[in-house]
Amino acid sequence: MAIQQEFTFTIFSENHVGLLNQITSVFTRRHLNIESLTTSESAILGIHKFTIVVFSNQEEVEKTAKQIEKKIDVIKCFYFKADEIIHQEVALYKVPTEMILNGNEIENIVRKYSARILEITSEYTVIEKTGHKSETQELFEQLDQYGVTQFTRSGRIAITKLKTELLEKYLKKLDFDDIDYEDEPTSLYN
Amino acid sequence: METQTKTEMKETKKRQAVNMTGAEAIIRSLIAEETETIFGYPGGAMIPTYDALYNFEKEVNHILVRHEQGAIHAAQGFARVTGKTGVAMVTSGPGATNTVTGLADAMLDSTPLVVITGQVGSSLLGTDAFQETDVVGITQPITKWNFQVKKAEDIPYAIAKAFFIARSGRPGPVLIDITKDAQTAQFDYLYKKIKSIRSYIPRPTIDKSSIESAVQLINLAKKPMILAGQGIILGNAEQELITFAEKTGIPVAWTLLGLSSIPSNHPLNIGMLGMHGNYGPNIKTNEADLIIAIGMRFDDRVTGDLNSYAIKAKVIHLEIDPAEINKNVHADVPVLGDVKDSLPLLTEKVNKNNHESWLEEFKACDRIEKTRIIEKEINPPTGGIKMGEVIHKVSTAFNDDAIMVTDVGQHQMMSSRYFKFKQSRSVVTSGGLGTMGFGLPAAIGAKLGNPERPVCLFVGDGGLQMTIQEMGTILQSKIPVKIVLLNNNYLGMVRQWQELFFESRYSSTNLINPDFQTIAKGYKIESNKVTNREDLQNAVEKMITHNGPYLLEVLVEKEGNVFPMVPAGASVSDIRLE
Repeated sequence: MAIQQEFTFTIFSENHVGLLNQITSVFTRRHLNIESLTTSESAILGIHKFTIVVFSNQEEVEKTAKQIEKKIDVIKCFYFKADEIIHQEVALYKVPTEMILNGNEIENIVRKYSARILEITSEYTVIEKTGHKSETQELFEQLDQYGVTQFTRSGRIAITKLKTELLEKYLKKLDFDDIDYEDEPTSLYN
Repeated sequence: METQTKTEMKETKKRQAVNMTGAEAIIRSLIAEETETIFGYPGGAMIPTYDALYNFEKEVNHILVRHEQGAIHAAQGFARVTGKTGVAMVTSGPGATNTVTGLADAMLDSTPLVVITGQVGSSLLGTDAFQETDVVGITQPITKWNFQVKKAEDIPYAIAKAFFIARSGRPGPVLIDITKDAQTAQFDYLYKKIKSIRSYIPRPTIDKSSIESAVQLINLAKKPMILAGQGIILGNAEQELITFAEKTGIPVAWTLLGLSSIPSNHPLNIGMLGMHGNYGPNIKTNEADLIIAIGMRFDDRVTGDLNSYAIKAKVIHLEIDPAEINKNVHADVPVLGDVKDSLPLLTEKVNKNNHESWLEEFKACDRIEKTRIIEKEINPPTGGIKMGEVIHKVSTAFNDDAIMVTDVGQHQMMSSRYFKFKQSRSVVTSGGLGTMGFGLPAAIGAKLGNPERPVCLFVGDGGLQMTIQEMGTILQSKIPVKIVLLNNNYLGMVRQWQELFFESRYSSTNLINPDFQTIAKGYKIESNKVTNREDLQNAVEKMITHNGPYLLEVLVEKEGNVFPMVPAGASVSDIRLE
């Protein structure tokens, strides 16, 4: 059995309806469970970016990446091991404001974990923490002793440790002229 | 897509755009892509397009099938013999879902297709309207690309993109779903073909260093084998393959879909790979020191158990699709690119060579196979009629130069073993998906694609009944296909497995069949039934000389088996001769 480890896919695609389904179906077919998925517009106008985290092995990941890249509307699919990227997640925690007023435990926790308070109302307080999953999870467990009423965590966003954006290099190689029509239309009216 | 189309449309409006309906634009776009034949079936969401088609009877030939599955398989047959893109046109909902099997089949067998499906009006999308299905969602994993058009303005661009994607690179099926309101809306039509798409590289550039490494391996090899796949046929690289093989003297084995990529009687042709392939190429795979895989994908039916496959061999893999490299078998030297381009680069650099003693080893295997299997199959002294002898007789009677179409099962394997070929694109068979019911409609498409050549379908009694209604298409469109029905009143291949691996427990494989002669008569198809060996030769000749479609039913041995056989999951070395 090949070594199972965490891999992060960074996938760039055209911004079309149904792309997410196209990409995730490749994971589904190979029975790869998606640990985290984030999608948004990339730094390049009109190009969408997906960040997907899975536990798998090198061989499986390589095959998956090639099958994703095979999708017509996918421009490029990269994958990275944990030590090749810097990544973050955002977590939001809602606690009753009275818990903060009743003592300074929560304030200490917020300071200790370098979290920040986003909003305070008479009823609830929203705390935000960015970090790795283990960090946001740890904070949740700390805060939950005092009663977290809502907790949510984002998917991963990641940036490579390389100097340049891989996709930009790739796109420069391509002729950027997307629709290359023939000079004269095939007319039926001649 | 929408933004691209908008900009494009602004520009084109300056030129000689003509105002018309979306429906007419669909037909004109298909014609602009050199579509001569459309296989289809109308229905509610396609009536506007069929109405437009009514004015184009001279430009395009529409073949009305009896079931949408028939339309797509016929389009596949057409595409396989012509190398052109097959076109099918069906309505929404059930019309579209009936094409699903054909799409999956074409996807696995890399057949270029454009399938146009009608869709309910865009305002009804998502409302569970009458005959609405999420066709784009359903077909996403089994198409090379699919797209839903909701505006007439997008029709030309979508169809242009569909044809470009379907036939470029590794070909495949593309589905375009067009809402009814897009068909009825008026717009300014102008068609332009597409030559490139930013996110899609159909033909990877050949890495020259991989050519160097491949040449080194080829020059050093003592026991090399070429595995010829359909990529050679799809890439029109038959001559390039022969030139390469002849210069290097390397024996050529073909895969099921690689059949006819080199003539059957070529001295370097060592026969078929795989589960029911020839003895030599299977057993020698584990003696070979070099495998040169050309346009093939190491399907499990070819490799058997991967851990004991090609154990002594280095592998050179010539392939257009990067996802196939290292998918099943590790390639020591991957040569990405179109084989039409990469093969000549190899041929130019390799040393002229021959491998006579190695080739002789294959011939020795052939002699064993001939005595133990082939002779008994094609020249049986007594007993029931064998499938092999029928196929052999038919092939000979066609001077080994007909287009062979098969359905799926025992007769398919027998046909691929005993039918002979002189030229490429002579085989239409469902390889990857193994679709029973493929044969009859595919034969219709093949005949329409190549009316000059005889088209002979081999079909079993099980498979024929899956799409038997297409006899109606033969009747209506007067399609002169020759149908050889090898009837054993069994689902033969499953029965064979039950006999060999399930203690002859014939669970649900026995068929009580209708009188096929009466059915043929009902469809006005001339027919004959042979039950005795002595009548066979005359019956075959009668079928061939008959002017028009013909059904020759042969009652074959009930419990005949296809051998050799590599049992599923076994090593190619464990090939069984009986």
